Amino acid sequence: MEKSLPVNALTLVAPFANDGEFHGPSLDDFFPPAIFFEGTPFEINRIILIRFLVVAVLILLFWLGTRRMSVIPGRGQNVLEMAVGFVRDSIVFNTLGEREGRRFLPLLVPMFFFIVFMNLTSIVPFLNIAGSSVIGLPLILALTSYIAFVYAGIRKHPGAFFKNSLFPSGVPWPLYIVVTPIELISTFVLRPVTLALRLLMNMVAGHMLLVLCFSATQFFLFTAGGLFGLFSIGTFAFGFAFTLFELLVGVLQAYVFTLLTAVYINLALVDEH
Amino acid sequence: MPIAFLTAATEEEAVNPLIPEPYDIIWSLVVFAIVAFFFIRYVLPRVQKVLDDRTTQIQGGIEKAEKAQEAAADALDKYTQQLAEARIEAGRIREQAREDGKKILAELREQALAEAARITASAQATIEAERQAAVTSLRAEVGSLAIDLASGVVGESLSDDKKAAALVDRFLADLEASETSASTTSARKARG
Repeated sequence: MEKSLPVNALTLVAPFANDGEFHGPSLDDFFPPAIFFEGTPFEINRIILIRFLVVAVLILLFWLGTRRMSVIPGRGQNVLEMAVGFVRDSIVFNTLGEREGRRFLPLLVPMFFFIVFMNLTSIVPFLNIAGSSVIGLPLILALTSYIAFVYAGIRKHPGAFFKNSLFPSGVPWPLYIVVTPIELISTFVLRPVTLALRLLMNMVAGHMLLVLCFSATQFFLFTAGGLFGLFSIGTFAFGFAFTLFELLVGVLQAYVFTLLTAVYINLALVDEH
Repeated sequence: MPIAFLTAATEEEAVNPLIPEPYDIIWSLVVFAIVAFFFIRYVLPRVQKVLDDRTTQIQGGIEKAEKAQEAAADALDKYTQQLAEARIEAGRIREQAREDGKKILAELREQALAEAARITASAQATIEAERQAAVTSLRAEVGSLAIDLASGVVGESLSDDKKAAALVDRFLADLEASETSASTTSARKARG
């Protein structure tokens, strides 16, 4: 199985194959050649540049949007307020309540917008890949979330946080033999791992799907030609649909990531586990 | 299938998408830190401030409106009360005016009656005085006329003044007596 696959996989994933062959999506898309500082820890490639661009756009948008805010909002301010208000009210205050929520707004609001903008570059023409589709960024965000909820727990219940998490009250003590390892793994290992992987894999899969659809369209229309050209209509329609789907997924994943972080913080803050 | 080609690609390219490159970690950290700093330093304070300001303004506005409404209700009460008082006052004044009017009318009538009586009285007095004057002058003239007449009639001169005067006086007294009775009847006729 493993031995027979590489051949198939090669034809499927070879991104820069000669003309006349099908250009499939490849994992190489996520590791493009370096542009600056090759070989150093500060290597900059296409995806890193996309991240820089996202930061610039994000800052520009929010700078302009919040530069002249007034109590009676204009059109642009309304949109911005709606977006920030959505994160503030629907994600943070709904989960953490207003008092605790205010403490964690500085973490959760930038987190949400950062992820949204990083995700959406996957459908921006000429960028076409999500800034969050390489493990480093989801990992950093997951670690931030991890540190945030552990910090929140320790601040709220100094000394008792780990005991509360690992030895939930109301459980007969012999069960701790089973429960404690489960809690340990689920709370302190699986939470950050699932956060990072969920985001990463959604973005990777989205990119793969889009590339597959559009490269198939290209192949059917120009390379295969003839009646195969008709297939391109279908593949293009799929590509279009998945583009819209990616828009949804990009926002949804940011929402899920931020919401889960808020939930973890809330679980760390509650008195009884 | 996707897992199969992921593994295949990994083997082929010697990259594992789950193992981060150092540069990936570093730049991810940098960009997230920049965004977080920007939001914490600029975006959130501004948005929070404007949202809080609006909340306080709306609250203040509602309170102000409530106060204004209360004040308006108070003013309305006061005005209604004042209006009622004014109505009562107006009624009282009207009543007073009516009474005053009646009083004035009565006074005027009395004055007019008194004046009329006074005028009548003075007119009578004048008439009486004139009559007296007329009588006096008449007496004098009638005296001389009668003497002339008598002297003419009897043909003798009543030059003796004493005798003549006595004669005339007697004659006049008789005349007067008859005249007084006549004038009283005529005066009564005039008054009636």
